[in-house]
Amino acid sequence: MNLAIKDISYNIGRFVLTAVGIGMLLMVVMGMGGIYRGVVEDATLLIDRLDADLWVVQRSTRGPFAEISRVPAKLSDRALAVPGVRVAREFVYHTIQRQDGDRVLRMAVLGLSWPTDKGDWIPLVEGRPLGQSRFELIADQTLKLPLGKQIEIGNEVYQVVGISGGMISSAGDGIAFLSSADALAVQLDVPGEAVRLERAARESRGRLFDVGIQQPALLENATRQSGQLPAIARPSISAVLVTLEHPSDAKAVAEVIGGWTDVTVYTADEQRNLLLKGSVEKVRSQIGLFRILLTIIATIIMALILYTLTLDKLHSIALLKLIGASNSVLLGLILQQALILGASGFAIAYVVGQQIFPKFPRRVIITSEDLIQLAAIVFVISIASSGLGVWKAMVVSPNEALA
Amino acid sequence: MSTPLPADDPSAKIAIKAESLTKIYGAGNTEVVAMRDASMTVMAGEVVALLGPSGSGKSTFLTAVGLINPPTSGKIYIANQLIMDGPKALTNLRSFRRKHLGFVFQKSNLIPFLKAGENVQIACELNGLSSRQARIRALELLDYLGIKDRSQSYPSMLSGGQQQRVAVARALANRPSVILADEPTAALDSFRGRQVMELFTKVAHEQGTSVIVVTHDHRSLDVFDTLYEMEDGKLTQKAKEPLAVAH
Ligand SMILES: Nc1ncnc2c1ncn2[C@@H]1O[C@H](COP(=O)(O)OP(=O)(O)OP(=O)(O)O)[C@@H](O)[C@H]1O
Ligand SMILES: [Mg+2]
Repeated sequence: MNLAIKDISYNIGRFVLTAVGIGMLLMVVMGMGGIYRGVVEDATLLIDRLDADLWVVQRSTRGPFAEISRVPAKLSDRALAVPGVRVAREFVYHTIQRQDGDRVLRMAVLGLSWPTDKGDWIPLVEGRPLGQSRFELIADQTLKLPLGKQIEIGNEVYQVVGISGGMISSAGDGIAFLSSADALAVQLDVPGEAVRLERAARESRGRLFDVGIQQPALLENATRQSGQLPAIARPSISAVLVTLEHPSDAKAVAEVIGGWTDVTVYTADEQRNLLLKGSVEKVRSQIGLFRILLTIIATIIMALILYTLTLDKLHSIALLKLIGASNSVLLGLILQQALILGASGFAIAYVVGQQIFPKFPRRVIITSEDLIQLAAIVFVISIASSGLGVWKAMVVSPNEALA
Repeated sequence: MSTPLPADDPSAKIAIKAESLTKIYGAGNTEVVAMRDASMTVMAGEVVALLGPSGSGKSTFLTAVGLINPPTSGKIYIANQLIMDGPKALTNLRSFRRKHLGFVFQKSNLIPFLKAGENVQIACELNGLSSRQARIRALELLDYLGIKDRSQSYPSMLSGGQQQRVAVARALANRPSVILADEPTAALDSFRGRQVMELFTKVAHEQGTSVIVVTHDHRSLDVFDTLYEMEDGKLTQKAKEPLAVAH
């Protein structure tokens, strides 16, 4: 006869309630682990997906994710000329927050280097990659923009042609992929009045210049778009992504490009580390510490519950001792109950978590590795926290059965 | 089942022998001598009543020979074996209790989360029966005590008398040589109380089990073979009153 199960089925209501309570607690511990994973995953997701061998960024900066990086757009042509480089892509990246009807639409805008990069690498759940150089965008599903929707950003209207799955910035915002020209237009979008004022300022500055006085036709150019002005530099991009002919050349190529005094080169791994050590490090350790704290709390609460469960049975335990039950019978009763409770709590945490976590605004990633780790922790907690109850059961005198 | 063995048979075996048991609780100012120089010999199949006023040391004596409350001095022999030499145990008391002793107490002392049948079954299992054998034996015992039909009830659903009968069944589970009962009928009306007392006699006479019962109930004294009285820690054998027999 299994005493542990007999006791549980006699007090089934209390047991279920306790298991649900422990389950919820474990679910939070599990969720914390998942959030931690999610933060790390999300942070490095873009770097992994972009799959560049080298990141060329503004000299002495830590790249486009950690801080602002500006390099000239022409840099991609320069990089392409280096032997061993197969592809050099422009990378434009920034976050915008606009109003879409009633809701705040916050998105990370990522420029694709048209026509080298049409977004074929982006995991699409719907639609297609970019088909033309301008005015199309691929939106992540977390942005909740339906396929075919026309959205107005700045002065232009863009059409959603593709929906990506799980493309999230390190800050957790959904990514919108545009051609780099569009991404720059969005970034540099200024109100019409500001444009007019800027052009007027250019004209008046031009009038004071010798060149402007000698060649009045030049002043007409001042009213054209900035991008079309030969004398004004094209707007700068965030970085250049280099893909190599042979990934093993990374070091040599990085040395060549790194020799240029206006840029710094990172390998993809270095870029990933910069991100993990930089922008997400604090969040990561915050969540990590919180998780440890929660685990400790779960241990204490479980110990308390198991101790009370044992105290409730102390009379029965003394009685069992009186009629000659050996310590292993009593140990079995307490430990089995602890393990059953721990296992049920874990199962409840898992099942409920599977339902709840996907509804969280940011990704909660439950890896099987983390599950196994938590299961091991729960196992140890169950055993350790029954220690107090076991001790109580061992010292209780059979005399207590008569009290 | 062993053959009946009347108490006055000269070939009767000694089931339990307590020699000069003394129990002192506390020390110094708070010292209480609960039992002094108490001796008793009980034959196999003998049913003994232990009488006496409250606080006289009856429970102290019973728990001492029940091996759950070691005496300060004196010797206890059970089944011809010296078990306690003063407070010193000469064997593993818990397993000795499991094999040789059965207990019944004032409150029924059943395990609340086990059904009546299971309460008996667990005692059988602790004595090494397989769970199938234990179940069968439990039902036999409950049948013997006339409450087989309530084997599926939890103790809380049984009356006090029914609980006591289950407790007696459990005490019999290990075929003990001695049953120790401390005021087993205190919670019962006199009719049910007498029924339980008669059960002890039945078990003793049919199975050769010795029974020591602490009781305040003078109306049932006629069922006992021997009467002892405890007074202020002193134990004396009493002659059976003819009045009780005449009842
Ligand atoms: N654990 C203990 N510590 C100290 N003194 C005790 C303890 N147990 C019993 N006593 C004392 O020993 C004496 C005998 O107690 P005992 O319980 O044996 O009496 P009893 O005859 O069973 O009484 P009752 O009929 O009320 O059950 C009492 O004076 C009691 O106060
Ligand atoms: Mg008493």
